[in-house]
Amino acid sequence: MHDEKELIRDDIEAYLAKYQKKELLRFVSVGSVDDGKSTLIGRILYDTGMVFEDQMAAVRAASQSDEPDLALLTDGLKAEREQGITIDVAYRYFATNKRKFIIADTPGHIQYTRNMVTGASTADVALILIDARHGVLQQSRRHAYIASLLGIPHLAVCVNKMDLKEFSEEVYDTICADFMEFGKTLRFKDIQFFPVSALLGDNVVSDSENTPWYDGPNVLGYLETVPVSDDRNYDDFRYPVQYVIRPDLDYRGFAAEIASGVIRKGDEVVTLPSGKKSRIKAIDTYDGELEEASAAQSVTILLEDEIDISRGDMIVKPDNLPRVTRRFNAHIVWMHERPLDTDKAYLVKHTSQTVRAQIDKIHCEIDMDSLEEKPADGISLNDIAKVHLSCHRALYVDDYTRNRETGAFIVIDSLTNNTVAAGMIELEGTGQDLQEALKELHAESAMEPKTFVSPSERMERFGQRGATVWLTGLPGSGRWTLAYALERKLFDQGRTATVVNPVGEDLRSMISAAKAITDAGLINICAFPSRTKQDRIQLAERIGEDRVIQVYVNTDEALCRERRPDADFSGFEPPENPDVTVALDEMRIDNAVDTILEALEARGQFEDH
Amino acid sequence: MSDRKLSQLRQLEAESIQIIREAAAEFDKPVMMYSVGKDSSVMLRLAEKAFAPGPLPFPLLHVDTTWKFQDMYRYRDLVEAKLKGELIKYVNTEGVEMGMNPFDFGSKKYTDIMKTEGLKQALTKYEFDCAFGGARRDEEKSRAKERIFSFRDANHVWDPKNQRPELWNIYNAKIKKGENVRVFPLSNWTELDVWLYVWLEKIPVVPLYFAKERPVVERAGTWILVDDDRMRLEPGEKPQMKRVRFRTLGCYPLSGAVESDADTVPKVIREMLLNRFSERQGRLIDFDEEGSMEAKKREGYF
Repeated sequence: MHDEKELIRDDIEAYLAKYQKKELLRFVSVGSVDDGKSTLIGRILYDTGMVFEDQMAAVRAASQSDEPDLALLTDGLKAEREQGITIDVAYRYFATNKRKFIIADTPGHIQYTRNMVTGASTADVALILIDARHGVLQQSRRHAYIASLLGIPHLAVCVNKMDLKEFSEEVYDTICADFMEFGKTLRFKDIQFFPVSALLGDNVVSDSENTPWYDGPNVLGYLETVPVSDDRNYDDFRYPVQYVIRPDLDYRGFAAEIASGVIRKGDEVVTLPSGKKSRIKAIDTYDGELEEASAAQSVTILLEDEIDISRGDMIVKPDNLPRVTRRFNAHIVWMHERPLDTDKAYLVKHTSQTVRAQIDKIHCEIDMDSLEEKPADGISLNDIAKVHLSCHRALYVDDYTRNRETGAFIVIDSLTNNTVAAGMIELEGTGQDLQEALKELHAESAMEPKTFVSPSERMERFGQRGATVWLTGLPGSGRWTLAYALERKLFDQGRTATVVNPVGEDLRSMISAAKAITDAGLINICAFPSRTKQDRIQLAERIGEDRVIQVYVNTDEALCRERRPDADFSGFEPPENPDVTVALDEMRIDNAVDTILEALEARGQFEDH
Repeated sequence: MSDRKLSQLRQLEAESIQIIREAAAEFDKPVMMYSVGKDSSVMLRLAEKAFAPGPLPFPLLHVDTTWKFQDMYRYRDLVEAKLKGELIKYVNTEGVEMGMNPFDFGSKKYTDIMKTEGLKQALTKYEFDCAFGGARRDEEKSRAKERIFSFRDANHVWDPKNQRPELWNIYNAKIKKGENVRVFPLSNWTELDVWLYVWLEKIPVVPLYFAKERPVVERAGTWILVDDDRMRLEPGEKPQMKRVRFRTLGCYPLSGAVESDADTVPKVIREMLLNRFSERQGRLIDFDEEGSMEAKKREGYF
């Protein structure tokens, strides 16, 4: 820092020339409430001179003791301070004379997995803290697992509070060995350990005299030098078009950030989904044309041929294609209180494309204690699972471990617009050639021709579950009158119900109609004759036992015969155990309606309005 | 291969352009907030880079409190003259009719009405569903937690406890009618990055950022510019000429100047690096109460 200060004072322009060329390193710091993560970050900021006088004054004023509580430097929102924990991802910035750093500071509580995932998604390094007194806790393994799942290349493990363990080499070695046992099963390029005291500053930004047995770098020294320039994929050219720039008829530029790989003027390319080939006419920018551009640059590409390309399309090289597919497996982290609905069509946003997709199969869940796969019936907040997706249109994807940019996606609830999950694609098998890719593009949708509206979505919209109220009784028992009275009452209560009144249909068609209406989430009221026990078994089976309410309209037979002298009364088998029985000679029709309504409510047919 | 990695500033630039293009593509009616300050100037340059050689696909919006520095108005008009696009100037006329000013109403009420309320009115009036802002996460603690695509409900309210998770560079731009999203392309820039970019890209900024002899009075330990004849002087207060400059610009009666000799961008940067003071110290509104920025943001302030 000292040399920098002199350079700033004596030759600011030289300093600026140097500063702007610095490399950027993003790291995520993860830890639980008590293991001193905020203190460590505060210590780094303080010791690198990034803390302003007035900020320090505020920290001293807010500290409980005489020593300034450096954790206060990073504890942000009022609500969090009141709870005494960090509740969300906070970003910090600092620079040394070697690099510029962005810290994503995330909480370590298990219920906040989603925040850690947010902070981890772009990180080059994960910094994990372990309390030397407690050793490797399950939580540390969990954090390392998530960091590895999110594809962070480098892991730094800080064994903190070494001062409380007399800077014991043995304690440190045991913890390192314990951690490595697990760490070697993960996908990091490298794992580095540090014996530190964040409170006192040992091995944080300078080497400690208390650990003569340790000859590795200090934490900051490591962050300044860990090689990250080769972490990005420069092999596979992927150009997901974001925006088409067309200021006049002669200029058609396709703007995007290069997701991965390298492109040169004159290179042959192929566009997806059209499959058309062309060559790069120019790589344009505001500051002039480039001969070559590579991953992470935002540029505008012009092609030699006029090809119809729009947002969401991808420009790639013909001999290096992504997988063109509608179906794939992925790890997802569920980030919303409302659990996964495997029947529902979500929106999946992948690069610049958004498609409807169903997460139609849960292969397994990751047990967050053993970190092993286990069977799962459902996925809820903070769960990590391996699933299968079926998309309405093909995506152009790569395996996440090979390409973070084209292997990642988010899942959006199409009803609430919330981001509900993050996904990392897992591809199996060998790559496709262009022929196979085009075949996939032109094939029918991978989804079966079925509805994209799930029962739960209908329930949310209508405030009710679909059902069929089937009224059974003798001719003249008043079934139809009751049906229309029930429809009116349901309508008045804000429900969505309809009476299906057939003309010249048979029972089979009636059951089909009833099923369709019930599937649509409506309440279907039907009084079509179901004379026999067999009729009623058939309709219950086809519509679904739990979606049918059988009502026996048990009006006195003599009265019925009086009303309908010409009707056929033969072969009627009274229901043995109907859900509701009403007798219209004994009760008023509105009482009968209420009785049925009560039965519907008791079955949980309605969500409270 | 390591020579391919972008320098940090070019990486920030590329990421900001990606963000701006993404929002422009996803929203129906975006607008770019233009406050005339250095951050706005940098954001505008990034937007020009994002769509070059085409024009900006969205207008700029200046929410004018009517109490900005005269230099800011002059500079704004220069920018407008060169702009390949529209600049909307919006004033909360109800506030003006109420006689709103920073002297009689206190900084909180004045800012609420002329700035926050004015902004909300403008967004509602033009039905903008996305507003780009030049805020940076290094400015203030509550901003450090804000997403790049920051969701606002139909009342423009930010709920810091219920933000959408934001991963990679995949931004969720889905909203319902009436809701909107604030997009912050400079989220990951620091003040030094902004100044460095101004210098490298030769972006013109308002002259108030550079030291010059100016008529000022001392208030609450900071220098306030006597910018026009609306400035109310306390009894016994007399403007004096001081060589001062401004680190942030807003409404002149609420913006404090610092004494300085820095009259070029590199000198400003040098002074900034050597003086260990955080940027917002010069802005009086943050001193109302601790956490005041967070409260303002919840209410819809940028």
